[in-house]
Amino acid sequence: MTDGLARPQTVVAFGGNSDIARALILRLVANGTRHVALAVRDPQRAPALPGAGARVDVLAFDADAADTHSAVVAEAAKRLGDLDLAVVAFGLLGDQERAERDPAAAAALARTNVVGGISLLVALARHMRAQGHGAIVVLSSVAAERPRRSNFAYGATKAGLDAFAQGLGDALAPEGVHVLVVRPGFVRTKMTAGLEPAPLATDADAVARVIEGGLRRRAATVWAPPALRWVFVAVRHLPRPLFRRLGL
Amino acid sequence: MPAVASQTRLLSGWGRTTRSRAAVVHPRAADEVSAALAAAGPRGVLARGLGRAYGDAAQNAGGRVLVMTGLQGVRTFDAGSGEVTVEAGTSLEALARVTMSRGWFPAVVPGTRFVTVGGAIAADIHGKNHHRDGGFGRHVRALTLLAPGGECHRLLPGSDAFAATVGGMGLTGVIVDATLQLVRLPSGLLREQVTRAEQLGELLERMAADDDDHRYSVAWVDAAAGGLGRGLLLRGDHAAAGEAATLRPARLRAPRRAPGRLLGQPTVRIFNALWLRRSRPGTHVRLTPLAAFFWPLDGVRGWNRLYGERGLIQYQCVVPDGAEPVLRRILATGRRTGIVSPLVVLKRLGDGEGPLAFAMRGWTLALDFRAAAPGLDRLLDGFDDWVADAGGRVYLAKDARLRPAALRAMYPRLDEWRATRERLDPLGAMRSDLQRRLELA
Ligand SMILES: Cc1cc2nc3c(=O)[nH]c(=O)nc-3n(C[C@H](O)[C@H](O)[C@H](O)COP(=O)(O)OP(=O)(O)OC[C@H]3O[C@@H](n4cnc5c(N)ncnc54)[C@H](O)[C@@H]3O)c2cc1C
Ligand SMILES: NC(=O)c1ccc[n+]([C@@H]2O[C@H](COP(=O)([O-])OP(=O)(O)OC[C@H]3O[C@@H](n4cnc5c(N)ncnc54)[C@H](OP(=O)(O)O)[C@@H]3O)[C@@H](O)[C@H]2O)c1
Repeated sequence: MTDGLARPQTVVAFGGNSDIARALILRLVANGTRHVALAVRDPQRAPALPGAGARVDVLAFDADAADTHSAVVAEAAKRLGDLDLAVVAFGLLGDQERAERDPAAAAALARTNVVGGISLLVALARHMRAQGHGAIVVLSSVAAERPRRSNFAYGATKAGLDAFAQGLGDALAPEGVHVLVVRPGFVRTKMTAGLEPAPLATDADAVARVIEGGLRRRAATVWAPPALRWVFVAVRHLPRPLFRRLGL
Repeated sequence: MPAVASQTRLLSGWGRTTRSRAAVVHPRAADEVSAALAAAGPRGVLARGLGRAYGDAAQNAGGRVLVMTGLQGVRTFDAGSGEVTVEAGTSLEALARVTMSRGWFPAVVPGTRFVTVGGAIAADIHGKNHHRDGGFGRHVRALTLLAPGGECHRLLPGSDAFAATVGGMGLTGVIVDATLQLVRLPSGLLREQVTRAEQLGELLERMAADDDDHRYSVAWVDAAAGGLGRGLLLRGDHAAAGEAATLRPARLRAPRRAPGRLLGQPTVRIFNALWLRRSRPGTHVRLTPLAAFFWPLDGVRGWNRLYGERGLIQYQCVVPDGAEPVLRRILATGRRTGIVSPLVVLKRLGDGEGPLAFAMRGWTLALDFRAAAPGLDRLLDGFDDWVADAGGRVYLAKDARLRPAALRAMYPRLDEWRATRERLDPLGAMRSDLQRRLELA
């Protein structure tokens, strides 16, 4: 059970190798989470979680195999008992150039980020409804807020996931289940390795801290860093001609 | 068996910190309780009274919750002996209404009269007279417990099942009625002796010296003021006959949603100053109506909402005699970190009884916090360590954040309780959010 100070006892991370998920889990474990499940593509390559007293289980999980998602959620619950917190962290950045030109590449990106994300969310929602409590953290992106020339293939997939997660949050609130949509900007992780950091770039631990705060406040959406919320209010309302000229 | 109609609802405790969803049933009689128990699903079943437990004790996420307030009323009342048999969903307010005019009063009442008899037994609640009269359970002559398997047990003091049910947090079965021994009530007034103390040391000394001369005793400590432990010591004894016994109705409804900020430090100071103005230095005696003495907070309906959206955490612990430095340390640390509790209640407890009893001879301290206060989690985890090291405990009826390991350290007779519970509920059908969080059973 999550306690009255929003501290979950169990956490399952889908895309358990994600740097952001790891940073969050390390914080949660330092704060009392006692059992963690990492759902990853390749269980042989499961990351080591520096001790801190929590039990760690590793499960096989492929976001692209939507028909297995219910079974993976059930397996996580078998290991952990109640699923207090689920983190939907997997995601592909993709290659914008290719996705614009190669239908298969565009579809693959959408399959992982949107189809996989939505399918997993539905499996989690069904489980948590029956459980009568729980929280789901969904890694969206500021890229979901307005499709930009430089990464709209990725942005569109995050926009789909983001919209679904928000609606699901509204549906699940009366069921005692909290959905938190997280919109990070540029985060220095293995996903962005080798890329030029964008303004207001941050790191995984800072994102984790923002997520913890959002869980505590039962927020529907958080931005990391929080200032990006206002930046994207502006970006969203830029007139198209100006927006094109800026070539964001 | 009657059909069981349930309704899905989000439930939370008085502190409003955790919410969970359950299928809520409103049984009106014991046979409806049995039917609801029989139909319990994989996430089990739990009784709930008036929801005055602060944390997650009266919730059962994804399972079934029987709200017991439909089992209401006094079945038999012997005005000669003061023995009364009541339905478990009867509130202490309703019970007192019936018995006061005949000169009897519940032997133990908590800081609110809006608790049920079932809830009072399940938490083995303590009143301001615990140092003399023990907990609620000590005045229970018999109780009827419906076990989840369908058995109906008539439990008497002295049996393991009785001892595990009193203070058992609803996890041994559903209490449907109880026979209680009331105490004589000579009038509706208390002779109240109010003493102002400038120092915690002075409070402790006085309480240790002559608490036993008074039936009721409690201290309010001002945690925000300069001198640590400045406070009021309130003693009460039933006043002789004369005035009519009346319960004053609740008044002054708190705003539905108040900004959590309202309870920041400055307001804490104002609150405490107001409280202190009620008394001049030295000791004074006055006649106080029962309700004002026992239930001052009932006068402010819905005061728990003053703590904002995130709710309220109450930390109540007990430490044995000799562990007074822990009290001092808790008060000082709360102040140093700026997470000051506006209401600190200090009182003496006598010995506890059952295997899951909270009480022990010593001191109990209760502090209220805004759940949103940053750093509260670490602060209270630290308090747990000191309390456990001193051989003390945290009160489960108030708790929303204790850890399983701390619980095991604080409740050394846990396994004994578990063994009895297993006999009463071999399938583990009685479940609660508290039980899941603390791995109680
Ligand atoms: C303002 C305030 C002041 C308080 N002061 C005190 C005090 O001075 N001393 C003190 O000891 N406590 C105090 N309390 C706590 C309160 O007395 C206990 O939490 C009590 O258990 C609440 O009773 P309830 O009927 O509301 O039960 P709930 O809060 O609904 O349930 C509490 C527990 O009792 C169990 N339960 C309820 N009914 C039954 C039943 N019929 N059969 C089996 N189990 C049952 C539940 O499963 C749960 O575990 C105070 C609470 C408030 C809000
Ligand atoms: N980094 C940023 O700047 C940034 C900004 C905004 C949003 N986000 C989002 O935040 C989330 C976490 O990102 P991160 O920065 O922590 O990146 P990361 O370290 O690269 O993590 C992404 C993880 O997704 C996993 N994954 C990819 N495809 C999968 C599939 N089909 N099945 C299962 N797992 C799959 C990867 O697993 P493998 O280890 O097996 O490859 C990888 O561990 C992502 O959703 C990302 O889109 C990141």
